[in-house]
Amino acid sequence: MSEHVTSRAVYFAVFAALLVLTAATVIVANFDLGWANDAVALGIAVTKALLVLWFFMHLRYSTRVTVLTALAGFFWLAILISLTLNDYLTRETLFPYWGK
Amino acid sequence: MSISLTDPQAHGGHDAHPSLQHHFDTLEQQKEASTLGMWLFLVTEIMFFGGLFTTYVVYRSKYSTAFVAASHTLDWKLGAFNTAVLILSSLTMALAIWAAQVNRRKQVVAFLIATMILGLTFLGVKAVEYKDKFEHHHVPGASFEWHEGGHAEAAPAQADFAKHVQLFFSLYFIMTGLHAVHMICGIGVLAFLLMPSWKGRYNSAYHNPLECTGLYWHFVDIVWIFLFPLLYLLGAHAK
Repeated sequence: MSEHVTSRAVYFAVFAALLVLTAATVIVANFDLGWANDAVALGIAVTKALLVLWFFMHLRYSTRVTVLTALAGFFWLAILISLTLNDYLTRETLFPYWGK
Repeated sequence: MSISLTDPQAHGGHDAHPSLQHHFDTLEQQKEASTLGMWLFLVTEIMFFGGLFTTYVVYRSKYSTAFVAASHTLDWKLGAFNTAVLILSSLTMALAIWAAQVNRRKQVVAFLIATMILGLTFLGVKAVEYKDKFEHHHVPGASFEWHEGGHAEAAPAQADFAKHVQLFFSLYFIMTGLHAVHMICGIGVLAFLLMPSWKGRYNSAYHNPLECTGLYWHFVDIVWIFLFPLLYLLGAHAK
C-alpha cells in the first residue's frame, strides 16, 4: 500500500491544539464583547473543524475527488444558510408593512 | 467465483489479498471507493444537521435576548468537559487506525475500547444534563416553566419571552438529541469492529472499516464543536 501513515506526533499536536482552542473559546465567551463574541466563537469552531477534517479525517492525504466531495457538502450548507438569511434578515427592511 | 470471464491473474486470482473483493482491481481502488462513498454519506449528514443549524441561526437572530437567557441556564463547564472528552475520543479513534496501519493488533482493540468508553462518558454527562432540565421544567411542552429572566417586561411580552425560550430548548433537545443518537450509532459500530480487530483482520494492507468508522466519528465530533459554542457559550457572560 502506498497509503500515507500520519505519525503519532502529528495526532498529539492536533489534539493539543484542539484543547487549547476549546479553552480559548470558553475564556472569550465569559467576557461580553458584543458581536465579537459570535465572530470569535465561530472563527475558533471553524478552525477546530478544519484541523479535524485535515488531519484526523485524512483529507490532507485524500484524493482530489474526495476533497471536492467534502467541500461540496460545506458549499451547499453555505448556500442553505446564506439564502435563507437573505430572506429572513431583509424582510423588515424591504417590506416593513408585512405582518403589521 | 464459479465463473471467471477474465484472466484470474488480472484480478489477483489465488494471489489476491483475502480482503480484496472481486469487483475491485486493487486494494487502493477498493479503499478509494469506500472512502468516497463514506464522504458522500457524510455530505447528506452535513445537510441533515445543516437544516437544524439554519433554524437555530434564524430564530437566534429574531429572539436573541431570550436565546441568551435560555443558554445561560446550561452549564458550560459540563459542555466544555464533554468537548474535551469528544476531542480525546477523536484522538483515540485516529490512533486505532494508526495502530492498524503499523500492524499493532492489540493496540487497535485497546484504542477502539478507549474510544467507546469516552463516547459512553459523553452520553453519561448528557444524561445528567437532561435530568437537570427535566427537574427545572425546562423541557418544552405542557409542563414548561420559566422563572429565570425577562420579567422586566409587561405580562403579554413575558409570555412571548417564555415562548421564545422554549424555542431555544426545543432546538437544544433536538440538536443534542440527534447528536447523541449519532454517538450511540457510532459506539454500536465500534462494538462490531472489536472482534475482527482482535482477530487481526485490519492491518497495514486493509483497514477500510476502521477508516470509514473514523470518518463518521470525527464528523460527529465536528458537529459538537459547533453545538458547544452555539448552545452553551452563547449565554456564558450573561448575568
